Amino acid sequence: MVLPVDQLAAAAAAVSAVDPVPWARSQMAFTLGFHIILVPLGVSWAAMALIANYRGVKHDDRDALELAQRWSKYMAVTFAVGAVTGTVLSFEFGLLWPRFMAQWGDAFGVPFAFEGIFFFLEAIFVAIYIFGWRRLRPWPHFWTGVPIVLTGVLGSVSVVAANAWMNAPTGYTLDSSGRIATVDPVRVIFNDSMPWQAAHMVVAAYLVGGCLVASVYAFAMLRGRRDRYHRLGFTIAFTVAAIAAPIQMGVGDGLARWVYENQPVKFAAIELVPETSSDVPETLLGRLGPDGQVEGGLPIPGLASWLSDPSTGRDTVVQGLDSVPADERPTTREVNTVHLAWDVMVGIGTLLLLLAGWYGVVWLVRRRAPRGRLFLAAVSASGVLAVLAMEAGWIVTEVGRQPWIVYEVMRVEDAATGNEGVWATFVGVVLLYLVLGTTTVLVLRAMSRRFRRQAAFRDDDTPYGPSPDGVGRVPDDARAPEPAAGGAAPDQDARGPR
Amino acid sequence: MSTAVAVVLLLALAAYAAFGGADFGAGFWDLTAGGAERGAAPRAVVERSIGPVWEANHVWLIFVLVVTWTAFPEAYAAIWLTMFVPLTIAAVGIVLRGASFAFRKAVVGTGVRRVFGGAFALSSVLVPFCLGAVAGGIAAGEVPAGGRAGDPVTSWLNPVSIAVGVLAVALAAYLAAVYLVRDARHGDDPAMVGYFRRRAVAAAVVAGVVAAVGLVVVDRDAHPVFEELVTTALPLVVAGTLCAVGALLLLLRDATRGARVLAVLAVTGVIAAWGVAQWPDLLPGALTVADAAAPDGTLTALVAAVGLGLLLVAPSFVLLYVLAQRRLLPEEGVEP
Repeated sequence: MVLPVDQLAAAAAAVSAVDPVPWARSQMAFTLGFHIILVPLGVSWAAMALIANYRGVKHDDRDALELAQRWSKYMAVTFAVGAVTGTVLSFEFGLLWPRFMAQWGDAFGVPFAFEGIFFFLEAIFVAIYIFGWRRLRPWPHFWTGVPIVLTGVLGSVSVVAANAWMNAPTGYTLDSSGRIATVDPVRVIFNDSMPWQAAHMVVAAYLVGGCLVASVYAFAMLRGRRDRYHRLGFTIAFTVAAIAAPIQMGVGDGLARWVYENQPVKFAAIELVPETSSDVPETLLGRLGPDGQVEGGLPIPGLASWLSDPSTGRDTVVQGLDSVPADERPTTREVNTVHLAWDVMVGIGTLLLLLAGWYGVVWLVRRRAPRGRLFLAAVSASGVLAVLAMEAGWIVTEVGRQPWIVYEVMRVEDAATGNEGVWATFVGVVLLYLVLGTTTVLVLRAMSRRFRRQAAFRDDDTPYGPSPDGVGRVPDDARAPEPAAGGAAPDQDARGPR
Repeated sequence: MSTAVAVVLLLALAAYAAFGGADFGAGFWDLTAGGAERGAAPRAVVERSIGPVWEANHVWLIFVLVVTWTAFPEAYAAIWLTMFVPLTIAAVGIVLRGASFAFRKAVVGTGVRRVFGGAFALSSVLVPFCLGAVAGGIAAGEVPAGGRAGDPVTSWLNPVSIAVGVLAVALAAYLAAVYLVRDARHGDDPAMVGYFRRRAVAAAVVAGVVAAVGLVVVDRDAHPVFEELVTTALPLVVAGTLCAVGALLLLLRDATRGARVLAVLAVTGVIAAWGVAQWPDLLPGALTVADAAAPDGTLTALVAAVGLGLLLVAPSFVLLYVLAQRRLLPEEGVEP
């Protein structure tokens, strides 16, 4: 048989000659979108574990202690996956955006220098906390968890400061050849967009983390595991989310106003405003048609103008997409992506706020969490929804900035690599991450089942084969019957650290 | 100022080699420990030894990357443009390694553990080789400046790169074995003490041979760097060699505490000698440290971050290591 060598070569040439820019964008979007799911867990789960830990030590509450201990074991896995996927991102700055890094690394990199320090501290104290359960005394051990909470927040603030700088580039001057001549590190880090974006991300971390963890326990409670252990896990996590939800609405509103004032084209894409005018409606759903007009959707008259600046109300003028030349605004497809993502984020945010309100009202009236099936079902769904909202919010920030990588200073296509092989690394990365994501979920699930079976989990047993004393080893095919009430442990020795 | 940051970068690289390198080396011994039954004991030592510390050690790499792109953005871009193949492989290896090590700990079934363990151990060899090959390619002048990419294959698959890559794997294995001797001793496991001591001696000999061969290769293919190695950097080369020989003698005499210190000094000597031999070039033949450096404001911020790091990270690191060591004492932390 004769191989169609010519055709194969032509096909290979066609694939490898593709424009690397869309592939670079896709790869960055995919890897960042994956990593960003682990961020809220890294930032907020430690705080929730510490709440449980505090309760456990202070009131000698064994359920709370067990909760804290198990959460810290899950955290160990998600933290490791977050650390390696975060490393991939720092590789990708060079692999995908070498021209961006060559031009702006000396400004863009400044916040990352501090992020590096915070990440160092976080990695150190995560290890001490997780491995300290059986070795440190209760209160010192509790305090080794506190730096994790602080460094998680400070680290994400640092990373977001770098992203905020891309939206509001300040703190540098250029020489005659267009290279950076001077850098003012304080203004780079504390750029105009940073306070709003950082607050939005940190609160999102607590909102998303709280919903994610609460959804697992709500789901278990729906399936009948309503013992104290599950109720406690649910209450701690969802209380965190319920506090974060209203704060997030306020912070998000502030950020949107900042965008209105400082990134008008992004704002026009968010609100679907083709032409500059006053009395701009807030369009729910809908899209920008090929002729540049808004199609479909549900317009609420004047609301976008009013929200942008309540002091001038419906007279507030909102700049439209037409305020800049076509090649300096997002494409129609990008506008529609941004607007849809915005609707998803705000819509889910509103639902979460209602859910938090429901929870708060029942607490005020009855002094306990609502236990109805409808409420639990809603909380079960809130984890995935909150992640969706966070991804959507990130799409609004990143796609809304198009075509700029550094707002009004550098275009994405001028920043990307010229390496035509990016399509191949994109395919490889997607496959690798699919395996990684699936495995992470399976491992977490296997851990949870093992915890439920009350097989004592030891972190220092032999990696292969049976452990010396047989503890912590469950045959692969063992299907121990689940305790009717779940969770609660009959075996006191196996559960408590002390 | 750029010199100060270059020194910081070199020290961070040395720290990554001494801490992260030893973790890679532990993966090498995990890989070569044999089947599930036979390898159980050495793997247990490996697991206990690096479990609490590998993530903190891994951060040195991130720190090196951040300092490079912030302080020397043009050099950073040039290195990644040329070296995208080995760096992509290294990135994949880092993902597989970190994730599978964490997963291996969290799962129970022997079969699954073996898969994760294999991925962890294989990538523990792959990553240091690739990073070493990148360093070798830089030293051999394979990375051009000015936004052009060098050859995507020969830039890291040339004699110097391969020699440095193999040397990186050998040094990592050597360091790890020296550490593991001590960890096995803390675990009160005389069989494992002997096991890793034999391997430490063997790895020391292999690393010495690879280093000697590497010098010949560097003389042939990266002559300017070799010139400096035998002149300006000679004191460092000699000091590193003396430390290596001293560590070997102490290992043979079973004085592992001193051997550990000397082994770290020997590896630091290799990296310091490389830095001095390349000075003042960052990319030999293409870009000097001074020309690549970012403006003063950035460098000042970096030095401030490093100062903050010394204040906060150093004591925390010591705390982690002290706790990690203490937890191996059998009378402590044993479950009832």
